[in-house]
Amino acid sequence: MTEELLTSGRMNPNIDPFLNIWHWHIPIYLFLGGLAAGILFFAAYYTITGKEKQMPTTVKWATFIVPAALIIGLIALFLDLKHQMYFWRLYTTIRLESPMSWGAWTLMLITPLSIIWVATYMKEVIPDWQWKWKFLDTAETWVIKNKKGLAWILIVLAVILGIYTGILLSAFNARPLWNVSILGPLFLVSGLSTGAAVIIWITKNHHERKIMSRIDILLIIIELFLVTHMFMGFLAGSEVKIATAQLFLGGQFTVSFWVFFVILGLVFPLALETLELRGYKIPVAVPAILILFGGLVFRFIIVEAGQFTRYLY
Amino acid sequence: MRYAMAIDTNKCVGCADCVVACQTENNVPVGYARDWIAEIVAGTYPNVELEIRSERCNHCDNPPCVRACPTGASHVVEGGIVKVTPEECIGCGACIQSCPYDARFSHPKGYVDKCTFCDHRVKKGRDPACVAVCPTKCMYFGDLDDPSSDVSEAMKNRKYKALAPEAGTDPHIFYLM
Repeated sequence: MTEELLTSGRMNPNIDPFLNIWHWHIPIYLFLGGLAAGILFFAAYYTITGKEKQMPTTVKWATFIVPAALIIGLIALFLDLKHQMYFWRLYTTIRLESPMSWGAWTLMLITPLSIIWVATYMKEVIPDWQWKWKFLDTAETWVIKNKKGLAWILIVLAVILGIYTGILLSAFNARPLWNVSILGPLFLVSGLSTGAAVIIWITKNHHERKIMSRIDILLIIIELFLVTHMFMGFLAGSEVKIATAQLFLGGQFTVSFWVFFVILGLVFPLALETLELRGYKIPVAVPAILILFGGLVFRFIIVEAGQFTRYLY
Repeated sequence: MRYAMAIDTNKCVGCADCVVACQTENNVPVGYARDWIAEIVAGTYPNVELEIRSERCNHCDNPPCVRACPTGASHVVEGGIVKVTPEECIGCGACIQSCPYDARFSHPKGYVDKCTFCDHRVKKGRDPACVAVCPTKCMYFGDLDDPSSDVSEAMKNRKYKALAPEAGTDPHIFYLM
């Protein structure tokens, strides 16, 4: 039998026998970033279209999750750094070629803006809420007057943040699983879907839930299409891409990917949401939790499996 | 000026002297290596062929690590040498993920470390430590743009290859066959 036996003398920690540089921090951040981007996108969209009244949860209450998600995500990112005391170096340069630089700056903008967004609804959540300083009242009035402008900025930033979580990975040519341009749109759609799931879960407004369920069904269908296309691309690709596809088609990630992400995280909630719209009584938390769970599992699998795929050995 | 290295796979015996020389010269932490030996046995028994390669950072012309770096810590210096500035590195790991050769590692102090082509020696006109110690003299270093340099001379009448050229990085470590 013709064979090629390769022995490498290299045994660098976390590099060999397979790359293990990124741990739980990155998928957690990718999930929270996508979720925040999703919620903000819908909030900004319905503000721009002037439907705040019909979509109160989307525009107001759900956005309270965003600053928390972003801050936890930022903490996870910080914990992932290995030279932590130098993290400020991210903000002394703008490197247009580096997706991570884009991400760092986007987060720098979107986090405070999302806090400002939420702050304008504080008085509606806590009726006798008082700002400590007078100038905050003036600032609030100004922001509320310019709400649509803020929404336009946020919708752009939300799309960048949502796509960025995928592009961060797809820019790495060296990892064949990640190096597919479809990963950016896939992460964006998945992020929007998790955002929609949260809104469906917490809203008490029947009309709003119906609209968001319809959007979510569409998003899940798009996601299933993108996943199929991703695998078609792998199987029609070069040797390293075919080897990547094999990880999911009989390899070690087969069960986790198809059972936990595709079936439990996409197909099953898709079926439940469709049945619910048809009038069946289904606890709304079930599809929502499944979608969130699927989104999280998806990011863990992609980050972990990507580090298994390489060019040489 | 474009620094490059050519390694004669027919002369290399895989003694790993280059690995030890690098670790000593550059004070590489114990358990880590900036260069290493790979052995490839290919064919059908009894017609097998053995190739031994001394591998390291390829100091690519299109370095994905430099593109991935969010702070500019990974950069290219004169002669195409790819280097990392520890004081600018945040240890995010983007460059490690981006390298098709997995030539980088996370130094225990936190920053990312890799082969520097011994630029502190090269600046003084000397060869990198790995090249200097090679007992079979199978490694050649020098300026590719200079037709009379060691590396240009070595590659002149030989067949050679680079690793994973399909990764599109334009690597500059060549293996003479």
